[in-house]
Amino acid sequence: MFDKTLAELAQGLENGDFSSVELTQAYLDRINAEDGKYNSYITVTGEQALDQAKAADETRAAGNAGAFTGLPIAHKDIFCTEGVRTSCASKMLDNFISPYNATVVNKFNAAGAVMLGKTNMDEFAMGSSNESSFYGPSKNPWDTDRVPGGSSGGSAAAVAAQLAPAATGTDTGGSIRQPAALCGITGLKPTYGRVSRFGMIAFASSLDQGGPMTRTAEDAAMMLNVMAGFDLNDSTSMQQDVPDYTADLSKPLAGLKIGLPKEFFPADLSPAIAEQVQNAIKEYEALGATVKEVSLPNTALAIPAYYIIAPSEASSNLSRFDGVRYGYRCESPVDLEDLYKRSRGEGFGTEVKRRIMVGAYALSEGFYDAYYKKAQQIRRLIKQDYVNALNEVDVIMGPTTPHPAFKLGEKTSDPVAMYMEDIFTISLNLAGMPGISIPCGQTEGLPVGLQIIGNYFAEAKLLNVAHQFQVATDWHKKTPQGI
Amino acid sequence: MEWEAVIGLEIHAQLATNSKIFSGASTAFGAEPNTQACAVDLALPGTLPVFNEEALRMAVKFGLAIDANIGRTSVFDRKNYFYPDLPKGYQTSQLFFPIVGEGHVDITLEDGTTKRVGVTRAHLEEDAGKSLHDEFPGMTGIDLNRAGTPLLEIVSEPDMRSAEEAVAYVRKIHSIVTSLGICDGNMAEGSFRCDCNVSVRLKGEEEFGTRTETKNINSFRFIEKAILGEIDRQIDLIEDGGRVVQETRLYDANKNETRSMRSKEEANDYRYFPCPDLLPIVIDEDYIDVIRDNLPELPDARKARFIEEYKLSDYDAMVLSGDHHMATYFETVAKAAGDSKLTANWVMGELSKHLNQNDTTIADSPVSADQLGGLLVRIKDNTISGNIAKKVFEAMWSEGGTADEIIEAKGLKQVTDTGAIEKIVDDVIANCTKQVEQYTSAEPEKRGKMIGFFMGQVMKATGGKANPGAVTGILKKKLDALCD
Repeated sequence: MFDKTLAELAQGLENGDFSSVELTQAYLDRINAEDGKYNSYITVTGEQALDQAKAADETRAAGNAGAFTGLPIAHKDIFCTEGVRTSCASKMLDNFISPYNATVVNKFNAAGAVMLGKTNMDEFAMGSSNESSFYGPSKNPWDTDRVPGGSSGGSAAAVAAQLAPAATGTDTGGSIRQPAALCGITGLKPTYGRVSRFGMIAFASSLDQGGPMTRTAEDAAMMLNVMAGFDLNDSTSMQQDVPDYTADLSKPLAGLKIGLPKEFFPADLSPAIAEQVQNAIKEYEALGATVKEVSLPNTALAIPAYYIIAPSEASSNLSRFDGVRYGYRCESPVDLEDLYKRSRGEGFGTEVKRRIMVGAYALSEGFYDAYYKKAQQIRRLIKQDYVNALNEVDVIMGPTTPHPAFKLGEKTSDPVAMYMEDIFTISLNLAGMPGISIPCGQTEGLPVGLQIIGNYFAEAKLLNVAHQFQVATDWHKKTPQGI
Repeated sequence: MEWEAVIGLEIHAQLATNSKIFSGASTAFGAEPNTQACAVDLALPGTLPVFNEEALRMAVKFGLAIDANIGRTSVFDRKNYFYPDLPKGYQTSQLFFPIVGEGHVDITLEDGTTKRVGVTRAHLEEDAGKSLHDEFPGMTGIDLNRAGTPLLEIVSEPDMRSAEEAVAYVRKIHSIVTSLGICDGNMAEGSFRCDCNVSVRLKGEEEFGTRTETKNINSFRFIEKAILGEIDRQIDLIEDGGRVVQETRLYDANKNETRSMRSKEEANDYRYFPCPDLLPIVIDEDYIDVIRDNLPELPDARKARFIEEYKLSDYDAMVLSGDHHMATYFETVAKAAGDSKLTANWVMGELSKHLNQNDTTIADSPVSADQLGGLLVRIKDNTISGNIAKKVFEAMWSEGGTADEIIEAKGLKQVTDTGAIEKIVDDVIANCTKQVEQYTSAEPEKRGKMIGFFMGQVMKATGGKANPGAVTGILKKKLDALCD
């Protein structure tokens, strides 16, 4: 049962093969038994999940079930959940019980979904390995000595380890796609503004975007059907119609024009990764697609621009965590300054503090033009690169990551090496376009991700392209040993 | 040496929206602490701002009223600093692209001269909460009811050269925002407050001196006092060989002095950058035109109309039209009384005196325009005299009630019955033989003044209720009869 997709589970519920309560209980039991190995959950909400499952079964019995009724999922612990700890994997919010639901959570609740719990992540979504979590790193189910990627590493690990059929994630610089690639699952970062950010604890507001992490593109389409849409509470969400993302999945790919940016295949790219990606491209050609080289000339500038913009916004977004109203407060502050310094000094982890300092520096008087403003100019160039390339082709493809999953601790002492892990994903957040990572091969027993990039609001196209690959291949069905 | 002050003002006007600038919480004043602060106002994790368009309309109204450039694209920026009553750790404001650009207002001084004062800009921003230091010994309470209340910060050019000009400017802005209905103008509640930038220089010099900023002054009188005090302090300092330090100062109304709050050296670097949670506000000509076509009467137009319609003097018209509440009050009373001169005298005299003495404003006057109108009607129809009317007004002020109720209850109705008055006059003449003798033996041209004594006696005897005109006539007739 645990290897089933959301679509298959929905069918099982519909057929009466099992109830949502049975399904939910099975997952809760499995989490209880197995998650010690993966640390993919920060909080498991068993009681609440069973209540939701019971209600879902009643809805179904009354004949009112929708596509998502009774399906269990996990939420990244960045989404606020009413009455449940919402920690963002930080000591700062270890004691924070949210009094309200994120819009994404409300939408899943309204659709009848069951929340199994809140998944592990890098602290405040800052990291590419899950190692900055206050609750300890989540482990990669393919090799528990390796990282699951980040920041949505707990969600990726939970889906790969079959501790949830699907989970929500968020992606600021690759935080859905990179862990999806490293854990061998499907992860979609929608167009900026497609999914409401309300109640999604902000890291970098102009880059953050929530999305689905699933076993298949079809499941991602089902998830996005629930998640997407304009939200009055988020001024940056787009007033754009939400199509049925499952409708176009079966469209044939004949005539699909694929662009391969030469910048995504640099000389130092891991040969194994390059090979797997090339094999996937060949598969697409077999499905009727044509391939041409395109260029994203400013790709090399993406990481430096990102590491100005994201920390700048973060330095401001995280100012609210001051020990005054909620969250961690230091013991016996002697005065206001002491309260601030120690609450924030003790409440935030190293990587978070590093980024706050970088951001505060970049925004400070005298440096703003040289850093923040310049980074925004680069951002426009990068966006234009994508627009130009996508005028020539339907989708852009390349590796999601330069390497497969690396060892825990391997890059923790070298933040820049860690930042370079997002080299292929980060520019897309700057451009605001959607991208999906799907498993497309393996190297030394570890999954390799193929990234597919499309134009603004082309999620349906991406899901169609990804689904057709999954119809033709079995990479998405591979499971880690022992699972 | 002759010194000259250079003054520029930043006025914070709370916009009279029902809900906050970025949340749906109420902006009403005076609620229990933290009962009007929602998740967004508390800056709970994950919350996002949603701009209240009513605040935009109000800001555009103001811009049009001061003949300013309206920002077709304006952008919210974050001003980052830590303070316990600033929940997000930044204030959402507009630095680079404000909604209102350069404009101007004309001020009239007491000597009748007018002066144009430039407005550099006016931008939208959110108010902070309040820190309460007194209620909790050893701790600070935070009330976030005010957090997120929309503010229009109106920044003037350093065009003013005296405290009088500064106050005239503040009054003018106050008059405009209240006339537009975009701010209740209540200075005591902090709805309208002023930061004063003051420097001094020798007359004739081009360069500005070093300025200080005195923050959050909340009455016209205090603005004047704070500026006068600050000018004197700076001049004394320089004349004693010292230097003015650029700093933020606080005005202490109890001591009538400013004192240093923080110097420029300790000033924050606010790390402004465009708020990524809010889209730029883009407005078109149609949007502006609709607002322009629906602007209410502005103070300058109203003053001209008062002169024309109510035949008021320039000065009276300025005083009565300057404050929106005052103007509305005046017009209501004048219409009821049917006598604009009498109304002007009462509003600027008795009413203003009481308002000042009780440190309240016309908007909160315990005597309503309808009440005062009713009172003036009774003066006009000779039911009561002007002096009795003052007594009725006193009663109205302290106990309430209509003029007729008070006149009836206190038996203040004027005695116009000549028979009754004649009898009293006869008694007075009989009892004041000495004064009657002085009167009859005086030169005829001096008798006019002497009649005042008898008048006073009659009024005393009638408790002031006798009709003064009737009494004078009767007295004159009877006394003059004795002279022959």
